Amino acid sequence: MKRFAFAHESVSGEQVRRLVADDASGAFVAFEGWVRDHNEGRRVLRLEYEAYETLGVKEGERIIREAQERFGTASMYCVHRLGLLEIGDIAVIVGISTPHRDEAFAACRYIIDEVKHRVPIWKKEHYDNGDSGWVNCERCSAAAHEHDS
Amino acid sequence: MILIRIEYFAILRELAGRSTEEVHTEAGTVGELFDELAERYAFSSMKTMKVAINDEFGEWDAPLREGDSIAFIPPVAGG
Repeated sequence: MKRFAFAHESVSGEQVRRLVADDASGAFVAFEGWVRDHNEGRRVLRLEYEAYETLGVKEGERIIREAQERFGTASMYCVHRLGLLEIGDIAVIVGISTPHRDEAFAACRYIIDEVKHRVPIWKKEHYDNGDSGWVNCERCSAAAHEHDS
Repeated sequence: MILIRIEYFAILRELAGRSTEEVHTEAGTVGELFDELAERYAFSSMKTMKVAINDEFGEWDAPLREGDSIAFIPPVAGG
Protein backbone atom coordinates (compact mmCIF):
# COMPACT_ATOMS: atom_id res chain seq x y z
CA MET A 1 0.00 0.00 0.00
CA LYS A 2 1.12 3.53 -0.75
CA ARG A 3 1.84 5.16 2.62
CA PHE A 4 2.56 8.76 1.68
CA ALA A 5 0.32 10.79 -0.59
CA PHE A 6 -0.50 14.30 -1.71
CA ALA A 7 -4.14 15.35 -1.90
CA HIS A 8 -5.54 18.15 -4.04
CA GLU A 9 -8.92 17.95 -2.29
CA SER A 10 -9.81 18.05 1.41
CA VAL A 11 -8.77 15.15 3.61
CA SER A 12 -10.38 13.66 6.72
CA GLY A 13 -9.03 12.08 9.88
CA GLU A 14 -11.63 9.34 9.59
CA GLN A 15 -10.27 8.36 6.19
CA VAL A 16 -6.74 7.99 7.61
CA ARG A 17 -8.02 6.12 10.67
CA ARG A 18 -9.68 3.55 8.41
CA LEU A 19 -6.52 3.20 6.29
CA VAL A 20 -4.34 2.23 9.25
CA ALA A 21 -6.92 0.08 11.07
CA ASP A 22 -5.35 -3.27 11.92
CA ASP A 23 -6.57 -6.23 14.03
CA ALA A 24 -3.06 -6.52 15.53
CA SER A 25 -3.10 -2.91 16.76
CA GLY A 26 -4.13 -1.82 20.23
CA ALA A 27 -3.19 1.84 19.81
CA PHE A 28 -3.95 4.56 17.30
CA VAL A 29 -2.26 7.98 17.28
CA ALA A 30 -2.89 10.73 14.76
CA PHE A 31 -1.52 14.19 14.15
CA GLU A 32 -3.43 16.79 12.16
CA GLY A 33 -1.81 20.05 11.08
CA TRP A 34 -4.39 22.84 10.66
CA VAL A 35 -4.18 26.16 8.89
CA ARG A 36 -4.08 28.87 11.58
CA ASP A 37 -4.94 32.54 11.19
CA HIS A 38 -1.54 34.00 12.13
CA ASN A 39 2.17 33.43 11.76
CA GLU A 40 5.05 35.42 13.22
CA GLY A 41 2.79 38.28 14.20
CA ARG A 42 1.00 38.57 10.88
CA ARG A 43 -2.66 37.90 10.18
CA VAL A 44 -2.94 35.04 7.67
CA LEU A 45 -6.03 34.81 5.45
CA ARG A 46 -5.24 31.64 3.52
CA LEU A 47 -2.39 29.38 2.37
CA GLU A 48 -1.17 27.80 -0.78
CA TYR A 49 0.86 24.58 -0.77
CA GLU A 50 2.94 23.46 -3.71
CA ALA A 51 5.10 20.32 -3.94
CA TYR A 52 7.63 18.61 -6.12
CA GLU A 53 5.33 15.62 -6.15
CA THR A 54 7.51 12.96 -7.77
CA LEU A 55 10.39 13.46 -5.35
CA GLY A 56 8.05 14.31 -2.46
CA VAL A 57 6.28 10.95 -2.61
CA LYS A 58 9.63 9.12 -2.70
CA GLU A 59 10.98 11.08 0.28
CA GLY A 60 7.72 10.64 2.20
CA GLU A 61 7.85 6.87 1.64
CA ARG A 62 11.50 6.85 2.81
CA ILE A 63 10.52 8.63 6.04
CA ILE A 64 7.76 6.12 6.74
CA ARG A 65 10.14 3.24 6.01
CA GLU A 66 12.61 4.73 8.52
CA ALA A 67 9.85 5.02 11.13
CA GLN A 68 8.94 1.39 10.46
CA GLU A 69 12.55 0.30 11.03
CA ARG A 70 12.89 2.37 14.22
CA PHE A 71 9.56 1.67 15.85
CA GLY A 72 8.67 -1.78 14.56
CA THR A 73 5.39 -3.28 13.54
CA ALA A 74 2.96 -0.56 12.66
CA SER A 75 0.49 0.58 10.10
CA MET A 76 1.33 4.13 9.02
CA TYR A 77 -0.06 6.70 6.64
CA CYS A 78 0.63 10.35 5.90
CA VAL A 79 -1.23 12.65 3.53
CA HIS A 80 -0.37 16.29 2.78
CA ARG A 81 -2.71 18.78 1.10
CA LEU A 82 -1.73 20.88 -1.88
CA GLY A 83 -3.44 23.87 -3.44
CA LEU A 84 -5.39 26.67 -1.81
CA LEU A 85 -6.36 26.14 1.86
CA GLU A 86 -8.54 28.27 4.13
CA ILE A 87 -8.19 28.88 7.87
CA GLY A 88 -9.14 25.72 9.78
CA ASP A 89 -8.52 23.36 6.87
CA ILE A 90 -6.42 20.26 7.49
CA ALA A 91 -2.98 20.64 5.89
CA VAL A 92 -1.45 17.32 6.90
CA ILE A 93 -2.48 14.12 8.68
CA VAL A 94 -0.23 11.41 10.08
CA GLY A 95 -1.95 8.26 11.33
CA ILE A 96 -0.25 5.35 13.10
CA SER A 97 -1.57 2.16 14.57
CA THR A 98 0.65 -0.19 16.59
CA PRO A 99 0.26 -3.07 19.06
CA HIS A 100 1.18 -0.71 21.97
CA ARG A 101 0.94 3.06 22.43
CA ASP A 102 4.60 4.05 22.99
CA GLU A 103 5.62 3.17 19.43
CA ALA A 104 2.57 4.92 18.00
CA PHE A 105 3.39 8.25 19.72
CA ALA A 106 7.07 8.01 18.79
CA ALA A 107 6.47 7.09 15.16
CA CYS A 108 3.89 9.85 14.72
CA ARG A 109 6.29 12.47 16.10
CA TYR A 110 9.14 11.18 13.95
CA ILE A 111 7.11 11.26 10.74
CA ILE A 112 5.66 14.76 11.12
CA ASP A 113 9.04 16.25 12.10
CA GLU A 114 10.87 14.64 9.18
CA VAL A 115 8.12 15.48 6.68
CA LYS A 116 8.33 19.15 7.65
CA HIS A 117 12.09 19.23 7.14
CA ARG A 118 12.68 16.92 4.20
CA VAL A 119 9.73 16.64 1.85
CA PRO A 120 9.83 19.27 -0.94
CA ILE A 121 6.65 21.16 -0.06
CA TRP A 122 6.37 24.94 -0.08
CA LYS A 123 3.87 27.15 1.70
CA LYS A 124 2.78 30.57 0.56
CA GLU A 125 0.96 32.71 3.10
CA HIS A 126 -1.54 35.37 2.05
CA TYR A 127 -1.82 38.21 4.60
CA ASP A 128 -4.64 40.60 5.46
CA ASN A 129 -2.80 43.59 3.98
CA GLY A 130 -2.73 41.97 0.53
CA ASP A 131 0.91 40.83 0.75
CA SER A 132 1.96 37.24 0.34
CA GLY A 133 5.17 35.34 0.92
CA TRP A 134 6.83 31.92 0.67
CA VAL A 135 7.59 30.72 4.20
CA ASN A 136 11.35 30.25 4.88
CA CYS A 137 12.21 31.76 1.47
CA GLU A 138 12.77 35.37 2.47
CA ARG A 139 16.34 35.08 1.20
CA CYS A 140 15.76 33.04 -1.96
CA SER A 141 15.93 35.93 -4.39
CA ALA A 142 19.05 37.94 -5.10
CA ALA A 143 17.06 41.14 -4.58
CA ALA A 144 16.14 40.14 -1.03
CA HIS A 145 19.77 39.24 -0.43
CA GLU A 146 21.07 42.63 -1.53
CA HIS A 147 18.39 44.30 0.52
CA ASP A 148 19.71 42.54 3.66
CA SER A 149 23.34 43.52 3.23
CA MET B 1 26.46 22.28 -25.43
CA ILE B 2 24.03 19.85 -23.87
CA LEU B 3 20.27 20.03 -23.49
CA ILE B 4 18.93 20.03 -19.91
CA ARG B 5 15.34 20.12 -18.68
CA ILE B 6 14.69 22.28 -15.64
CA GLU B 7 11.75 22.35 -13.25
CA TYR B 8 11.04 25.38 -11.08
CA PHE B 9 8.96 25.36 -7.91
CA ALA B 10 7.51 27.94 -5.52
CA ILE B 11 9.54 31.15 -5.35
CA LEU B 12 11.92 30.00 -8.08
CA ARG B 13 8.96 29.36 -10.39
CA GLU B 14 7.75 32.89 -9.75
CA LEU B 15 11.18 34.45 -10.24
CA ALA B 16 11.77 32.49 -13.46
CA GLY B 17 8.22 33.14 -14.65
CA ARG B 18 7.80 29.50 -15.73
CA SER B 19 7.45 25.96 -14.33
CA THR B 20 9.76 24.20 -16.77
CA GLU B 21 12.18 25.00 -19.52
CA GLU B 22 14.82 23.36 -21.66
CA VAL B 23 18.20 25.03 -21.85
CA HIS B 24 21.30 24.47 -23.92
CA THR B 25 24.23 24.93 -21.61
CA GLU B 26 27.97 24.60 -21.41
CA ALA B 27 27.80 24.17 -17.63
CA GLY B 28 29.73 21.09 -16.54
CA THR B 29 28.09 20.59 -13.16
CA VAL B 30 24.70 21.13 -11.59
CA GLY B 31 26.16 24.00 -9.55
CA GLU B 32 27.48 25.76 -12.65
CA LEU B 33 24.05 25.45 -14.24
CA PHE B 34 22.50 26.96 -11.11
CA ASP B 35 24.89 29.93 -11.25
CA GLU B 36 24.01 30.50 -14.91
CA LEU B 37 20.27 30.55 -14.15
CA ALA B 38 20.63 32.43 -10.86
CA GLU B 39 22.18 35.29 -12.79
CA ARG B 40 19.41 35.22 -15.39
CA TYR B 41 16.52 35.09 -12.90
CA ALA B 42 18.03 36.73 -9.80
CA PHE B 43 17.94 33.65 -7.57
CA SER B 44 20.02 33.97 -4.42
CA SER B 45 22.90 31.68 -3.49
CA MET B 46 22.72 27.89 -3.87
CA LYS B 47 23.78 27.71 -0.20
CA THR B 48 20.14 28.09 0.79
CA MET B 49 18.95 25.38 -1.63
CA LYS B 50 19.13 21.71 -2.51
CA VAL B 51 19.03 20.10 -5.91
CA ALA B 52 17.38 17.10 -7.51
CA ILE B 53 18.76 15.25 -10.52
CA ASN B 54 16.28 13.06 -12.39
CA ASP B 55 13.85 13.10 -9.45
CA GLU B 56 16.39 12.17 -6.73
CA PHE B 57 18.32 14.43 -4.37
CA GLY B 58 21.77 15.14 -5.80
CA GLU B 59 24.99 17.07 -5.21
CA TRP B 60 25.94 20.48 -6.58
CA ASP B 61 29.22 19.13 -7.98
CA ALA B 62 27.51 16.29 -9.89
CA PRO B 63 28.33 16.30 -13.61
CA LEU B 64 25.54 17.26 -16.01
CA ARG B 65 24.57 14.82 -18.71
CA GLU B 66 22.60 15.35 -21.91
CA GLY B 67 18.89 15.02 -21.18
CA ASP B 68 19.15 15.33 -17.39
CA SER B 69 16.15 16.75 -15.58
CA ILE B 70 17.17 19.19 -12.85
CA ALA B 71 15.09 20.81 -10.11
CA PHE B 72 16.32 23.36 -7.60
CA ILE B 73 14.76 23.09 -4.16
CA PRO B 74 14.40 26.24 -2.08
CA PRO B 75 13.88 25.88 1.71
CA VAL B 76 10.84 23.67 2.34
CA ALA B 77 7.87 24.43 4.59
CA GLY B 78 5.49 21.50 4.79
CA GLY B 79 3.09 20.84 7.64
